[in-house]
Amino acid sequence: MVDPIKRISAIKLSVLSPDEIRKMSKVQIITAETYDDDGLPIQGGVMDPRLGVIEPGQKCPVCGNTMHSCPGHFGHIELAKPVIHVGYVKYIYDLLRSTCWKCGRVLLTDKEINEYLDLQRRLEKYLPFLLPVFHEHIKNKASKNSICPHCGAPQHKIKLERPTTFYEEEKGSFRKLAPDEIRNRLSNIPDNDVRLMGIDPQESRPEWFVLTVLPVPPVQVRPSIMLETGIRAEDDLTHKLVDIVRANQRLRESMDAAAPPIVIDDLWELLQYHVTTYIDNEVPGIPPAKHRTGRALKTLAQRLKGKEGRFRGYLSGKRVDFSSRTVISPDPNISINEVGVPEEAAKILTVPVRVTQWNIEEMRNYVINGPYKWPGANYIIRPDGKRIDLRYFKDRKSLASSLTPGYVVERHLIDGDIALFNRQPSLHRMSIMAHVVKVLPGRTFRLNLLVCPPYNADFDGDEMNLHIPQTEEARAEARELMLVQKHIMSPRYGGPIIGGLQDYISGGYLLTSKATVLTKEDVIELLGVAKYAGDIPEPAFYSPKELWTGKQLVSLFLPEDFTIRMKSSVNAGRLRCEDDDCLHDSFIVIKKGKLLTGVIDKKSIGSQQPESLYHWIVKEYGGDFARELADRMFKMFIRYIEKYGFTMSLDDVDIPPEAQKEIKEILNKAEEDVEKIIEQARRGELEPLPGRTVEETVETKIMERLSKARDEAGEVAANYLDIFNNAFIMARTGARGNILNLTQMSATLGQQSIRGERINRGYRNRPLPHFKPGDLSPYARGFVYNSFRLGLSPIELFYHAAGGREGLVDTAVRTSQSGYMQRRLINALLDVRIEYDGSARLPDGTFVQFTYGNDKVDPAKSDHGKAVNVDRIIERVVGWRE
Amino acid sequence: MSPKKFSVLDHVLVPKHERIPISEVPKVLKEINATINQLPLIRTSDPVARELGAQPGELIKIEREDEYTGKTIVYRLVVIG
Ligand SMILES: [Mg+2]
Ligand SMILES: [Zn+2]
Ligand SMILES: [Zn+2]
Ligand SMILES: [Zn+2]
Repeated sequence: MVDPIKRISAIKLSVLSPDEIRKMSKVQIITAETYDDDGLPIQGGVMDPRLGVIEPGQKCPVCGNTMHSCPGHFGHIELAKPVIHVGYVKYIYDLLRSTCWKCGRVLLTDKEINEYLDLQRRLEKYLPFLLPVFHEHIKNKASKNSICPHCGAPQHKIKLERPTTFYEEEKGSFRKLAPDEIRNRLSNIPDNDVRLMGIDPQESRPEWFVLTVLPVPPVQVRPSIMLETGIRAEDDLTHKLVDIVRANQRLRESMDAAAPPIVIDDLWELLQYHVTTYIDNEVPGIPPAKHRTGRALKTLAQRLKGKEGRFRGYLSGKRVDFSSRTVISPDPNISINEVGVPEEAAKILTVPVRVTQWNIEEMRNYVINGPYKWPGANYIIRPDGKRIDLRYFKDRKSLASSLTPGYVVERHLIDGDIALFNRQPSLHRMSIMAHVVKVLPGRTFRLNLLVCPPYNADFDGDEMNLHIPQTEEARAEARELMLVQKHIMSPRYGGPIIGGLQDYISGGYLLTSKATVLTKEDVIELLGVAKYAGDIPEPAFYSPKELWTGKQLVSLFLPEDFTIRMKSSVNAGRLRCEDDDCLHDSFIVIKKGKLLTGVIDKKSIGSQQPESLYHWIVKEYGGDFARELADRMFKMFIRYIEKYGFTMSLDDVDIPPEAQKEIKEILNKAEEDVEKIIEQARRGELEPLPGRTVEETVETKIMERLSKARDEAGEVAANYLDIFNNAFIMARTGARGNILNLTQMSATLGQQSIRGERINRGYRNRPLPHFKPGDLSPYARGFVYNSFRLGLSPIELFYHAAGGREGLVDTAVRTSQSGYMQRRLINALLDVRIEYDGSARLPDGTFVQFTYGNDKVDPAKSDHGKAVNVDRIIERVVGWRE
Repeated sequence: MSPKKFSVLDHVLVPKHERIPISEVPKVLKEINATINQLPLIRTSDPVARELGAQPGELIKIEREDEYTGKTIVYRLVVIG
């Protein structure tokens, strides 16, 4: 055989002419009846057997094939009067405006036309990419002419009323243009003038934009389904075609009976409606056609459009093998580069391995183990290409011994394989990263907690996907480009997206705090889990016994030439400190790899913290070192917090009675002040704020006063809280929660709000029937006096639930909006790439940016977007900033 | 017709625009490693193009100054419109 591969060199789309529609039609549809009383399709109906057979055993009357090989055949409907095709309305509008209604010429002088035709020929030859702009220009220019340069006829303004009605302005009033009149005008336009407006008259004459014949698609495209009740249910398209035939019939009968024009026009418009909704049932301006049940019909455009449509649902929707999905759970004992895969999954996911003289023994073992014992193999591919399914092969031992180089074994997933791990919504490139497989017992995927931030994963039931690359190239790409350690730095902002969170931060703080001293046993245990292999340093204290500090242990993991000075997260409030001579130990100084002062917390090791200790480590010592630090030093923090026994209890948010009294007084004072504001307003003595009414001013003032009260109450509570109270530690170090959360637990919950206003809706002039209408006091407008510790009253609980719901609704709305925005951005930027000259271009070389980002800076490789960070360089060299 | 006509080029927010004659277009294209169809377009009806009297086929060189990224140069192909 000659080369069977054919290449498509071009695709040309054009409009079907009425003649072509008739030519390809095998049957004219003339009746709205579909089946007779015996359930047989009626000749000339929309289910006519000549449209193709879809029932088993039948033979097609047109092509003689059975249902398996009959491709289906088109039919046609001769429309009693022409109707506009919704899809071409825009072009009809453009053509009507830029041509003469009387003589059909484009509204340009002969001289201009000739010049433009000449220019068009040259553009087609040399600058074809400019043609769209050129045609746009001609249409613009022609439609501005109000007198025809050819016949001198004055031109009228054309108005389009969506979706398909055209009007013409005549002496100040608008006259409707019937489709047949529009069709006449379009057919009057000479070929050359059509060409000037960017339409090829050879392929698509403009009058074909107005339908006189409608093609009827074969039944294969719109199969009817049998319901369990034995009733036949027709496809939406069939329903619509029946509507069209019926409307067409009635129109023709009225015309034949010489009915009054109003009746005819009404029926004509009905036909137009049915044809329009047959093509697109979601056009703005007309009600969508409904099914008897009230469901909108899915017509031609609906089959193509949108998420479930032919394009997004079938053509770009890819389904893959060698993938799996299950619930995820945390595992602090595996590396950030690893993923734990359940044995059950490892026995289904396979990797094809070519048998060589070096791996033949290993491969034989896999074959002997077979498909049900891990690590085994599921398939063997012989050199002749035949696949052997090991599930159905009895004597695997002899099969294994028959293995020779050249065979391919599809073996189970084993430790050290590479896999792509993904969590939806895949919003950035770190949503799919390569992990090294580690087969573990259990039924979930495991991941190191430090990689939660890039995936935005937690363990409240989240599921993730795993894909196994099948070719050497794919595996190499995964390992070299997609491995987790190569994505510690995020291109979203110049900083690490992987880093400590929650207990890692509390642990780092507790370990490096000045109050922590460690015995030799502690040190051995901590360094042991971190797989530290060096010597134990000299103890910091010798008497009364040998003791070490946490800072000494951290220093063991830092590079010897590492230097940094930075503030801790705890460096705030009472522990604020501006330089390294800090008594509160809240200023980090690392010189030559020794942590001298300062505690480790969120600012230094947290995820998404630019210019932090971990950021400089990643940047200056690379992904390998940063991964090692994450696997070892961070592990030590976790072990320390386990030894310490970190928890949170009711006591942590308890404050002494005198503090509670103080808070009560603050709130009472605020309530009195609010009463005063209300009283002042009632007497009409309140000066409204600029641009506000008195009522709005009262609200603003009350809100201000109450928020001040809550802040004061919170401050009192915070002052009474023990600095080493566990909840307080979490808030200060940035591990979890903030001071506001603490004050809401211990002091007062404060004002609940909906859309930035105090809660006021529900009943008439009051949120709940417990209050008098118009009561503006704090308790009647959503203020919660109690704290979570004291417990909320039923009314307060209602306020809190009402305010909390707003947050939930907001997140739901935000995610759907940002999802759609993401989709549009991806579709627009999908194939932009950076060329070697630093410009950002589309695949055909069109410029998107002349220099990428105007500065050629890769944010993932920069400091916070800056190409060069002089301060950091000086700090490294001098060991000193400023 | 007001006696003192305002030029858009004088506005603080309008960067420096400069006409590149057709004869120099091949040189510029070579410089930026591009063909004519790869350039962004500007219409003759654009206020700046009108002010400069730019003709179809010429280029307009735009020099933008940015606080963070410094000076950047962009070329646009003038087309009728
Ligand atoms: Mg979750
Ligand atoms: Zn057939
Ligand atoms: Zn005319
Ligand atoms: Zn201090």
